[in-house]
Amino acid sequence: MIQLTHLQKLEAESIHIMREVVATCDKPVMLYSIGKDSSVLLHLALKAFYPAKLPFPLLHVDTTWKFREMIEFRDRRARELGVDLIVHINDEGVKAGINPFTSGSRLHTDVMKTEGLKQALDTYKFDAAFGGARRDEEKSRAKERIFSLRSAEHRWDPKNQRPEPWSLYNTRKRPGESFRVFPLSNWTEADVWDYVALENIPVVPLYFAAPRPVVERDGTLIMQDDARMVLLPGEKVEERMVRFRTLGCYPLTGALESQATTLEAVLDEMRSSRVSERQGRVIDNDGAASMEQKKQEGYF
Amino acid sequence: MNALQDPKIEGVAISAPGGKTLLRLLTCGSVDDGKSTLIGRMLYECGAVFDDKLGALDRDSKKFGTQGDSLDFALLVDGLAAEREQGITIDVAYRYFGSARRKFIVADTPGHEQYTRNMATGASTADLAILLVDARKGLLTQTRRHAFIASLLRVRHIVLAVNKMDLVGYDQTIFEDITQSFQTLAQGLGFASITPIPVSARDGDNIVARSTHMGWYAGPVLLEHLETVQVGPQAREGQGFALPVQWVNRPDLDFRGYAGTIAAGSIRVGDRVRILPNGQSSEVARLVTHDGDLQLAAQGQAVTLTLASEVDISRGDVIVSGATSARQGLELSAHVVWTSETPLRLDNRYVIKLATGQANADVVALHRVIDINSFEARAVSEVPLNGVALVTLRVDRPIVFDDYARNRVLGGFILIDRLSNETAAIGLVNSDALADLARASGWAEQVERRVIGHIGVAGSQARRRFLRSLVADLLVAVLLAGALGFWAGSLPVGLVLFLADLIIRSLVRALCRRWFRPSEGVSDGGGI
Repeated sequence: MIQLTHLQKLEAESIHIMREVVATCDKPVMLYSIGKDSSVLLHLALKAFYPAKLPFPLLHVDTTWKFREMIEFRDRRARELGVDLIVHINDEGVKAGINPFTSGSRLHTDVMKTEGLKQALDTYKFDAAFGGARRDEEKSRAKERIFSLRSAEHRWDPKNQRPEPWSLYNTRKRPGESFRVFPLSNWTEADVWDYVALENIPVVPLYFAAPRPVVERDGTLIMQDDARMVLLPGEKVEERMVRFRTLGCYPLTGALESQATTLEAVLDEMRSSRVSERQGRVIDNDGAASMEQKKQEGYF
Repeated sequence: MNALQDPKIEGVAISAPGGKTLLRLLTCGSVDDGKSTLIGRMLYECGAVFDDKLGALDRDSKKFGTQGDSLDFALLVDGLAAEREQGITIDVAYRYFGSARRKFIVADTPGHEQYTRNMATGASTADLAILLVDARKGLLTQTRRHAFIASLLRVRHIVLAVNKMDLVGYDQTIFEDITQSFQTLAQGLGFASITPIPVSARDGDNIVARSTHMGWYAGPVLLEHLETVQVGPQAREGQGFALPVQWVNRPDLDFRGYAGTIAAGSIRVGDRVRILPNGQSSEVARLVTHDGDLQLAAQGQAVTLTLASEVDISRGDVIVSGATSARQGLELSAHVVWTSETPLRLDNRYVIKLATGQANADVVALHRVIDINSFEARAVSEVPLNGVALVTLRVDRPIVFDDYARNRVLGGFILIDRLSNETAAIGLVNSDALADLARASGWAEQVERRVIGHIGVAGSQARRRFLRSLVADLLVAVLLAGALGFWAGSLPVGLVLFLADLIIRSLVRALCRRWFRPSEGVSDGGGI
């Protein structure tokens, strides 16, 4: 008998989930946020459907505030793999001048991410959307199903979730309803990195330490990725050796000082870290039940 | 808080890649027995709680905590706002941590009776269950219920964690009495191992470190046991191969692959296979993966295989080989754990989803409902939320299945309500249960079941049909007998005619039903 390691078990489970979606839903899409979880998700999808091409497009909801290196990486990977990539920007939000600096993190996320995502799902009539979220990231995620049913208005009802025994997923839904599907639910941050190393999966170079121009603001190191970031009185840009543990909109993503320039060094650093990966995310700390509320409103 | 700076535990949460094994477990027990506290404690002591989360915990403990000024570890795991407000666990929460030897996935399940379905969900994937008991209270109804559900879903290993030992003065006799009672309770539940451990989750006694208060206890502490317990593979050696086809991979005319996760056994290139339910046979040509072809694949792997000859296979079919116990049929008997607010009724319509197969399903017989608090069987007409029942299902197309005791994938299913689409039941195929029931029950019960088989269960459509025809029969018989009796001018003749009409007509109807049984629901193939 072949004894599978825990990573092989996780891989098989994720592939099973992806195939289940493709076999039972009409128009799936994969949310591609360019981070390490998305990289792993994409890699698993290539495996799940080989030798066929990806049977669904990738969707990136672009807030227009992502790191430039992320956008370059996104376009390069889509070209190399020959996958269909949809980029959606909430134009109304852009016209209204929503931005993370003056609108605040909360409004920016609501309009450019949550609203943008809903617009894209509605426009293309996707009935299932893969996301790379993991249950170990955040408390309300820990209780979310792998197949998470959303109403026609994209709302999540945490108190009325379908039981999900074994690997059996109830994929029936009414017209207009859709699923958010999380194939990486049972992975941890460590599993993701171990898998990236094991499978040689390309990730955005921002995860590795390099000298970058950063500004210290409210105790967080923010990288000045372009000229839209205006310095406040007393602030100055310094070149520091930094890397990122998670990637999002650059004004909302804290850098950490690090010398880890290789994957091995990053793994070592993470193994001895005492803070959680979302700690650098400004949006999570808007109140204890903040993520649960955002999710109910349609955030991933 | 000083433990945070302790270099021993630093970073234990994160594993080195490679050969670690995975243990999936669930924690259950009554309300306030301290399940969430126990898990929070394990996460904390294994270093899986990061500093920023501890900061948030400190904040939350002051707001919601039930432990005075100390950290309330339960708040680490009770995630939903409603749960934090009520101080209870409503939904299954999954937690991840690791020690130097193993990776753990913990399903933290609610204690309240109204959330039994969530416990069953957690148990479905677990190798081991930690059953918590409050040392002050001993075994409760919930302890019995949880032991029963764990046994029903075939969780093979039990840890009986006798918690709050600090509140009973670390008394050895109390621990031993509880252990003894549990051994008695668990007789016949078929657990492979039962390991009792006296603990105090709040103070961390016998969780990771050995307690200094209970020198009399010589067994393993909790984490040590979880790291070393041999749970054994679900599959048995020599079991036949089974692959439920999940998706047919047809990128072009030259390639036709069958993708799925292997449910049992193993397969090699060149092996002969049969396709269920249509019975065709072929030979494995290739085992295709993104990383190159394989020669051998086994249970748990998600593969794509191609066959040497052209056969007609679609999703829901099962590719088998060797001495498989998987079989096909239109009727199956099973235990169901009811998960819907709408009770099971015989005339409701369901969809069954078993492995990758799907069909319309009718519950054609409700044999008994098991009182999960007393393990007693009762004959009733409907199954409420969280009820457990033994039923017979009839499906409208052949479905491939196995007994749950032999294979979790081919023996576990869900029933979906066709109108609301909600998951109405978690089901476990059990072919022997009906025979056991017949053997175990006396003649009175068997007669009762026969009669109910004819007249339908109270409240069911069958019963309503029976009553309607009974009333109609009576009316006709009275009219007929009255008319003829009046014509003959004799009351006895009328009475005889009345009885004769009633008996003959009922007989004819019963015979007709037997000979020309209508195939109810079979025509309805939509809605899938």
